[in-house]
Amino acid sequence: MTGAKRTLGVVAFAGLALTMLLGARLPETEEQLAYSRLIAVHPPIAWVAYVAFGVTALASLLYLFPATRHRRWDRIAAASAEVGVLFTALMLVTGSIWGKPTWGVWWVWDARLTVSALMLALLLGYGALRRVTPDPDRRAMLSAVTALGAVVVVPVNHFAVTWWRTLHQGRSLADLSPSRNLDGQYVAVMLLGFVVMTLVYVWLVWQRVLVEKAEDERGEGELAVAIEERRREGVTVA
Amino acid sequence: MLRDAALVAAKDLRIEARSRVAVNQVAPFAVLVLVLFAFALDPDRGVLVRASAGLFWLAVAFCALLAVQRAFAVEAADGGRDGLRLSGLDPGGIFLGKAAGVAVELLALEVLLVGGVAVLYQADLRGWGVLVLTCVLATAGLATAGCLYGVLSAGTRVRETLLPMLFVPVAAPVVLSATRAWEGALAGVASESWPWLRLLGVFAVVYAAVGTVVFGLLLEDA
Repeated sequence: MTGAKRTLGVVAFAGLALTMLLGARLPETEEQLAYSRLIAVHPPIAWVAYVAFGVTALASLLYLFPATRHRRWDRIAAASAEVGVLFTALMLVTGSIWGKPTWGVWWVWDARLTVSALMLALLLGYGALRRVTPDPDRRAMLSAVTALGAVVVVPVNHFAVTWWRTLHQGRSLADLSPSRNLDGQYVAVMLLGFVVMTLVYVWLVWQRVLVEKAEDERGEGELAVAIEERRREGVTVA
Repeated sequence: MLRDAALVAAKDLRIEARSRVAVNQVAPFAVLVLVLFAFALDPDRGVLVRASAGLFWLAVAFCALLAVQRAFAVEAADGGRDGLRLSGLDPGGIFLGKAAGVAVELLALEVLLVGGVAVLYQADLRGWGVLVLTCVLATAGLATAGCLYGVLSAGTRVRETLLPMLFVPVAAPVVLSATRAWEGALAGVASESWPWLRLLGVFAVVYAAVGTVVFGLLLEDA
């Protein structure tokens, strides 16, 4: 297990370095100059952000069903949400950096941007709830329901902001996307980015799940020790 | 289940009728919010009139937070939660009852706020059918979503700060849709409001369904 995880980590981060290197060597485009090189990182980061959200949702659903209720799903949901916060924030930051030279502004009220920002808020709320609920079983249940509520709201959000921006302005990321007329080199680096970012995500979640598991075990171990000590002191444990 | 819901809603409204928290605290707060908006946006430039739909729904969203907070604070005292759990009432019914209680309070507040928007902002209110329908659907959505997150955060020590963090991002599409539906009506183009009304309806139905199903899990687990 540890060997496999280590190999994955090495491959993921070596791949990340390679993506950066190849991305930085991409030729400048006429319209966007050096900024077009962001294609090596931004779309892959966005992809992972959505994957992380989806995995949290799926794991939470599995936890909610009594037949598949297992602490494992709760740990995966929590880990994926935490990594999701990182990638969603990175998506917004890299998007802004790209938006400034391309659109002239750091932020536009585009459907996709708005949904992403709300997604970040939902993930932060999920994390906040987890931090203030000490009892592991209760925390698992509460956060699974929170994740479910968040998943329900994302499509509604999507429709709402899409109509909002298209009913009145008809401007969308699709029109502005630099992905038209790209040559193979760009596509290749972007695809490499997709694979590599996904590996980085899997590695981070894996790592986080193990930490979570160790924390649980330690908590249970400490409880057992504490109970044992009280017993020896001759104090009744309620 | 519906009978249980009516019982719980009647209980909550009776508490409100006797304690008058919504009347004495939430309603004045709502009007105060409208006044603050006028301070923030210069009343002379017509910004207030143009933004009145959005400001109205923001004020409603703030009040929804307070109403939900209150609905679950009532249960926190004197072991109310345990009482509810042991009452043998259907958990789905309890959820719908809590949501209905909050919804009735909110609808009453909205009547007050409509008056406030008309008087303070000189908003030209028309398209009443759409306005009222928007209020009913959006309030149902806010109350059901609010009660789901209300019971989620009720058991924690930091419920006052946790509830807004959980509820506001979820309520965002309701505020957005209700505002657009109202703008359509106020502009005299009711056809622009229909897609928004449908979305509000879907939101309310989905949250009512999710809440009814999972409320039992959350209550038992407390």
